Amino acid sequence: MARLTYLEAGKLALAEEMRRDPLVWAVGEDLGRGGVFGQYKGLAEEFGSDRISDAPISESCIMGAAVGAAMMGTRPVVEMRFSDFALCAVDELVNQAAKARYMFGGQTRVPLVVREPIGIWRSSAAQHSQSLEAWYAHIPGLVVVTPATPADNRALLKAAIRCDDPVVYMEHKGLWPLEGEVPEAEEVAEIGKARTVREGRDVTIVAWSAAVHTAEAAARSLAGQGVEAEVIDLRTLWPWDREAVLASVERTGRLLVVQEAVSVAGFGAEVAATVAEALHGALKAPVRRLGAPRIPISYAPPLEDRVRVTEEAVAAAARGLTAAAA
Amino acid sequence: MPSGDVPAVSNLDVERFRERFRQMCRIREFEKQAIAAAEQNLVLGAIHPSIGQEAVAAGVCGNLRRSDIILSTHRGHGHTMAKGAEPLPMMRELFGRDGGYCQGKGGSMHIADFAVGMLGANGVVAANINIAAGAAHAIKLKREDGVVVCFFGDGAINRGPFLEGLNWAGVFGLPILFVCEDNGFAATTRTAAMTSGAGPAARAEALGIPAREIDGNDILAVEEAARELIETARGGKPRFLVARTYRLTGHTSADAAPYRPAAEVEERWLNDPIESCRRLLEAAGVPAAELTAVYEAAAHEMREACEQAAATGWPDEALAYADVQDVGDPRKGAF
Repeated sequence: MARLTYLEAGKLALAEEMRRDPLVWAVGEDLGRGGVFGQYKGLAEEFGSDRISDAPISESCIMGAAVGAAMMGTRPVVEMRFSDFALCAVDELVNQAAKARYMFGGQTRVPLVVREPIGIWRSSAAQHSQSLEAWYAHIPGLVVVTPATPADNRALLKAAIRCDDPVVYMEHKGLWPLEGEVPEAEEVAEIGKARTVREGRDVTIVAWSAAVHTAEAAARSLAGQGVEAEVIDLRTLWPWDREAVLASVERTGRLLVVQEAVSVAGFGAEVAATVAEALHGALKAPVRRLGAPRIPISYAPPLEDRVRVTEEAVAAAARGLTAAAA
Repeated sequence: MPSGDVPAVSNLDVERFRERFRQMCRIREFEKQAIAAAEQNLVLGAIHPSIGQEAVAAGVCGNLRRSDIILSTHRGHGHTMAKGAEPLPMMRELFGRDGGYCQGKGGSMHIADFAVGMLGANGVVAANINIAAGAAHAIKLKREDGVVVCFFGDGAINRGPFLEGLNWAGVFGLPILFVCEDNGFAATTRTAAMTSGAGPAARAEALGIPAREIDGNDILAVEEAARELIETARGGKPRFLVARTYRLTGHTSADAAPYRPAAEVEERWLNDPIESCRRLLEAAGVPAAELTAVYEAAAHEMREACEQAAATGWPDEALAYADVQDVGDPRKGAF
């Protein structure tokens, strides 16, 4: 085991995959100097400027070129800086990358990874803070990955790079400095498998990305109040681990979904609806979602805080569910 | 341009131009058969015929190797055939039948034959420019000697990917030739009315991509420009070709194009690239009867493709769930 940050773990994964496969290359703005958050620092020195490639501020072409380069047999890792900027490249991702294999009748694959950092981060306001993972989970052809820990940022990024489908890889900006144990041995995650962060019999809390840590903290405080919450980190939203969630809720009879994204039409709605459809008779309380209100993210902390789902809110919602008549 | 006698070109490579003539006839007849099939509801969705623009497809693709790459547009039948695709699986795709190039999942606007380096028509104007830049980028990364040709229309120069993709090709020194087929119309609107500045060549030059403008209905001009520009591009010097042409039919097969005067279209028919090529070959001594036979053979080939496509069954319904993705495959779960 080594102790790495979430940022370092992602860098390690990319470097390992680039050493393993000469067809893997990364392209995006400022990568030669390490990328906007330093997640590529030192890689240009090892791999050269062709494989850790700078790009013009042309999100549409960065993504589109990656589609063409992927169809030609290379494995591009695309950096979008902020998931918000990737909206300049939605045609390339949604109409092109996601559709090429299908609409050309299986003649091609588009094995690209697009790294789209998400989440609220240091007063970055409405165009640098969004969590838009649900948009991509909605699109057939795309894989959506949302790592929450350093170990996962290594194991899931490696899996994403080896995947033959286009993968939207959403790291949370607030997690860059998070430290955690990362195995010495190369670990490649299976995309679509959730992780049980903590076991509990009273309520199932499902989360992904940074919200996992909020849920975990809430579960610790709930334990002191006699409520045992099971916390599940989905890790990937497409595919997502329905079996793990359904098995847990079958035991606990209660579901709380916690997400940083806007709750309306967020991925939590998919989880809640799936559980309600499959386990209606087994539920001891109505399913519950927590997420951001449908307002843009502000700059000033007191306003920015209005969209945050806090540990206290999660604990209160979980207590509310367990207090409902059994 | 009026019809009539053309002066003989000295040292004309007759074999080469006979082949270009044959290819242009095949494209013309494919389009005519497809239009007729659309009228019988055999073609299911919209098709965008390239009648009148055949010299560009035949002249450019005729100078490519099989391993070279092209990307096309919604008006892509001609490019696809000129790059080496077969008419029967093309027609089956237009008919949505089993054995179409895309298994009946794409239709005309997504026609593709990766086996001959045809990486797809595209339903989104200009979207292929960025993808083509990436295909050329991959050739460079892999140190191969292929070249990419990206076809698009004059309407595409008003979309962002035109700027981003050309800049990209210039910055990275990519093996790519951009071919702007300037037929004067962006769908049903005259492109000039919606385009500021001096047009495609000037924009390309401003982005550092040397551009050449030619009469795209003159197979000699297309051939000469394509041969030179493709080889220059192959060496990592991106180039831009503006081929001025005219769409002799509507935007789609269902578009009677009432927005342009009949006299304009009649005049343009006098500059039919196939007839110009025929005169060129006749002036070089090729018997007229021989050229008529070439045209008739093309017509026969396309009629047969049409008949066989119509006699083919629908694709298996299970294909609707195939080739979506490996991870999260809809066939592996109740999604």
